[in-house]
Amino acid sequence: MYTFTYHKASSLADAATKLGAAADGKLLAGGQTLIAAMKLRLAAPSDLVDLGAIAELRGIKVDGGNLVIGAMTTHAAVAASADVRGKIPALAHLAEGIGDRMVRNVGTLGGSVANNDPAADYPAALVGLGATVITQKRRIAADDFFRGMYETALEAGEIITGVSFPIPKRAGYVKFPNPASRYAIVGVFVSEGSTGVRVAVTGAGPSVFRVPSMEKALSASFSAEALKSVAVDASALNGDMHASAEYRAHLVSVIARRAVEQALGR
Amino acid sequence: MAVSLSLTVNGKPVTASVEARTLLVDFLREHLNLTGTHVGCDTAQCGACTVHLDGKAVKACNLLALQAQGSKVVTIEGVSPADGTLHPMQAAFREHHGLQCGFCTPGMVMSAIDFVGVNAVPTETQVREALDGNLCRCTGYHNIVQSVIAGAKAMRGTP
Repeated sequence: MYTFTYHKASSLADAATKLGAAADGKLLAGGQTLIAAMKLRLAAPSDLVDLGAIAELRGIKVDGGNLVIGAMTTHAAVAASADVRGKIPALAHLAEGIGDRMVRNVGTLGGSVANNDPAADYPAALVGLGATVITQKRRIAADDFFRGMYETALEAGEIITGVSFPIPKRAGYVKFPNPASRYAIVGVFVSEGSTGVRVAVTGAGPSVFRVPSMEKALSASFSAEALKSVAVDASALNGDMHASAEYRAHLVSVIARRAVEQALGR
Repeated sequence: MAVSLSLTVNGKPVTASVEARTLLVDFLREHLNLTGTHVGCDTAQCGACTVHLDGKAVKACNLLALQAQGSKVVTIEGVSPADGTLHPMQAAFREHHGLQCGFCTPGMVMSAIDFVGVNAVPTETQVREALDGNLCRCTGYHNIVQSVIAGAKAMRGTP
């Protein structure tokens, strides 16, 4: 790892100031991706601003029809939360399947969302539930937030403070994990809520995406059978040593049906 | 750039000056000579470096030492009483032949103690899922799982 200057932020405002003053600064949330990337010299920031001591960025609360989760809340805390398990069990299930126990004890919601790894789990939940990313400056709809591979709508100096998830009528998340890394080869999040049906896919493309043809079919009939005749175009999907684009397209259909079954409690 | 670091390791307060890029596992091994915590893969996959940070199992190769500022860290050296007797989980690993070469064992034991703390009566399937982040290259998983179930029982205090 190349050397860098370390800063511990005492508050959100302090973090913004320190990040703004750095030549090529990065925020350190849990660091479960960033530290590994720095060790491999894939990332070499001049400064790290550690958000670990900012209590206001942690926590889970029910706010009317929404579940609001602080950016520095760990995957383990989301998975264990009675509020999350009660209001959006599919979200708790998703958090429980990220990485392994030790990674979940440190890795955070905000870090995962800001990194926007093409195979990360959380982007599927945000888009699949129609969530809103909250920063210290504004609120960004999930549909507008994830822009492409490792690219988001965040501007320089912008810090995610939390995510607001609308509580759906029902939702499901199933992933086909890479057996070594546990990242999604394909993961599908489906939900039915006040704004309709959403289907979000992670792992299959350069970034999380919705499948309008599946959403239409499920709006007519929220059942696995409704998806049987909906094919997914492989041309824009990822192909690599783990799975070809055609295989991923097939998996999207299979996994989406399983996610619907899970949402229906079957 | 050296930064001041203060934390508690195995119940003792520690203060040191470290380079910002020092990993927690290197701090424990190189600065404090606590070499029971192992470096297996150094890529946060194998879990040989597992320690407890404020009571939760973490991979010490994937954290900066500075992320443990003000925290309580417990390593494998800190789980057994000062008289040299083994922690019940360590004793269970010995009793059930839960180690072959022993390299992964400190991480396995630290993971298992953390897991049993939240699930005192785990099933075999739950133990296998919980140890997802700990790799044994001797592939002695069967006896490791049996050891964790026995260790859990011993930690509950039931004969």
